[in-house]
Amino acid sequence: MRGKTFMRLFALLLAVAMVAAACGSSDDGGTATENDGADSEETTSDDDGGEEEAMDDDDGEEAMADATVIDYWLWDGNQQPFYEQCAEDFHAVNPDIAVEVSQFGWGDYWDGLTAAFVTESAPDVFTDHLARYPEFVDSGVLVPLNDYVDADGLDTAQYFPGLAELWTSPDGERYGLPKDFDTIAMVLNETMLADAGITVDDFNSAEWNPTDGGTWGALVQKLSIDTNGVRGDEDGFDASSVATYGFGLEGAFGAFGQTTFSSFAASNGFTAVDGVWADKANYADPALAETIQFFADWIAAGYITPIEDVESLGGTTMFQGGQAASQTNGSWMISTLSGEATEFPVVYAPTPVGPSGARASMFNGLADSITTSAEDPDAAWKWVAYMASPACQELIGAGAVVFPAIPSAAAIAQDAHAANGVDVSAFTTHVDNGTTFLFPITDSASRIEEIMGPIMQQILRGEVKAADVLPDAAAQVDEILAR
Amino acid sequence: MTKKSGRSGSQNIQGGWKVAFWFLLPSLIGFVVFFLYPSLRGLYLAFTDWNLLGNKGEFIGFDNFERMRDDSQLSNSLWVTLKYVVINIGSQTIISIGIAVMMDRLTKSQFVRSIMLLPWLMPNVVVALLWVWMLDKNLGVVNRMLDWIGIDPINFFTSTSWVIPTVAAVNTWKFMGYTALLIFAGLQTIPKSLYEAGAIDGATEFQMFRRITLPLLRPVLALVLVITIVGSMQVFDVINVATGGFNGQAGGPANASRVVYLYIYQTAVTFNEPGYAAAISLLLVAILMVVTFLQLKLLRAGESDLA
Repeated sequence: MRGKTFMRLFALLLAVAMVAAACGSSDDGGTATENDGADSEETTSDDDGGEEEAMDDDDGEEAMADATVIDYWLWDGNQQPFYEQCAEDFHAVNPDIAVEVSQFGWGDYWDGLTAAFVTESAPDVFTDHLARYPEFVDSGVLVPLNDYVDADGLDTAQYFPGLAELWTSPDGERYGLPKDFDTIAMVLNETMLADAGITVDDFNSAEWNPTDGGTWGALVQKLSIDTNGVRGDEDGFDASSVATYGFGLEGAFGAFGQTTFSSFAASNGFTAVDGVWADKANYADPALAETIQFFADWIAAGYITPIEDVESLGGTTMFQGGQAASQTNGSWMISTLSGEATEFPVVYAPTPVGPSGARASMFNGLADSITTSAEDPDAAWKWVAYMASPACQELIGAGAVVFPAIPSAAAIAQDAHAANGVDVSAFTTHVDNGTTFLFPITDSASRIEEIMGPIMQQILRGEVKAADVLPDAAAQVDEILAR
Repeated sequence: MTKKSGRSGSQNIQGGWKVAFWFLLPSLIGFVVFFLYPSLRGLYLAFTDWNLLGNKGEFIGFDNFERMRDDSQLSNSLWVTLKYVVINIGSQTIISIGIAVMMDRLTKSQFVRSIMLLPWLMPNVVVALLWVWMLDKNLGVVNRMLDWIGIDPINFFTSTSWVIPTVAAVNTWKFMGYTALLIFAGLQTIPKSLYEAGAIDGATEFQMFRRITLPLLRPVLALVLVITIVGSMQVFDVINVATGGFNGQAGGPANASRVVYLYIYQTAVTFNEPGYAAAISLLLVAILMVVTFLQLKLLRAGESDLA
């Protein structure tokens, strides 16, 4: 009897352990997402990484003996194979320097980096983000690059205008060399468009305003279908039982809304901060309140995906699952959105023209920074300069994952996308026509996020009115920036 | 003679000290390295603006403590924690007493008793992921079952009003078996003769529960409550894993689940202000000490009614 009981208990424990293991493996997909330059879908990257690393070890051993080893971190698994190729090419030119590439998911990346700085095991070079680098600069863990740039005579004008300046602090010190840029565009489900009798040209010429949504709003209404098959622009549309939302939020809004509200708010005349490293923000601007309130009202009206669903399912998943007919998303997601994971044809249109009379897209760029933990900063600089050179950037561009920071390499990326049958001009039009605005760089991004994020969540849930709460939040943000 | 034996006795004790020292050393090292030093260091950090990245900080006196006064995030996190503790401890204690009494009075099966402990054996993170999965709006089995009885799907972890009751229920599920076991042990101390006497006098099962079990269980219950409330106020794992959602920060939505432990963690690691986080930790320690002291006093944990 006792033995039998024990066996049953053992079997149960085993079952629990198996469930646990199954849950553990699904963890990565669920947590590593953030609406920044990170590609949330780490498709196939893990496998690639493993093989590449194994290959590295072979030729690595002979080199290891006398070569300096640069430890390099990045978070986008889609780009890892191409940077490993860059590393090999670099090693061929500089036999005395070997580069070891490590990839971590977006969430683990930053926590891991902080921990690595504290334990003095930080990488020599890492992919840096505009939202994060000012805090690193404040802490004095990044190596200023001015002397290296001057010594090498590196031309920072070779990048798209604005990208190199993003990485310069107020005292003129440069902390990163640009590697790529990203912009925002409308992502459309072509099948649903055809069903509604809408063409991509309708979206190309759409105008938006926060009062009634404009022609853009009319398209979104038409794309919304309730469970009885009634469209959003028809009588009897049931907002409480929607089958397909006309527009889907990419994610929670947060403070900067890179892939969500930023294009709309900017086209309504809103700028989050006055210039780079500002000590004051403009969150009390009525132009922002109008924009956010528009989204809250249209969520309540059943045309835009409810924020609760977006937070639990993920905006891109909802779009790919057919629960939203359109969304805004970043250029780094093109390969995922136009890839095999999407079972319907996808087309892209520029973000709509707003009340300001122009479109707008946040212009964000990544760069490579050198840490003060680097044992051989000169070797680290060579690697950073190589990644920021046409040789590596053209290779990255051919990979058709991101747009490199050098125009000639970006053109290669555009051609590579076209060869895959994807027209990405909706993303590049912003750069061609100068309708970009810079990512708001402040030295307290995470604290601002902590204040604005929850307030946006409340507004989108209809619990409070944007105009009532944003001025108070703006005061809190300004207090932090002034500190 | 007596002198001699006394001396040899004291020698024995001295030798004993040496042996005792070596036996105590392993746990002493653990105590110093993992408890004493971190505690003292934490106490010191609470008076500095120490920065995790730069690994340096200056002594700033009581600034961190003054800052706590106007910190609306802190007062919100304490309020959220209170709501959580009330729901969690309330449901957990009632259910656990019920289970313990049933284990004592209804079944003698070791198998049933062991099964009650299974949720407690699972790691917290696994519990959180399991429930995130089961409570998912589209895929979750719970919402599917609600659908069968005509209830619309609920966003358990992404609704501001549902998130704390949901986390409290998950932790109640996890800890009720363990708590029941503690109470069950307490029940064993109640003499069976009292129940026999009650039965002879014609008392119902419920009357015996009210008049015999509960009063005599009080000292054990007091101890159980101290342990569970202290544990409950330190809730972290499930919230950190389950409430992040897509693109959100753990503690959401809209700060609805940012309990004080999570706030301390985020202050230290995400906002890179370990000094301020240490100061809040001290506040939490003070609160826990007061709560524990009051509980032991009010519930007269030291005395029993078993005359």
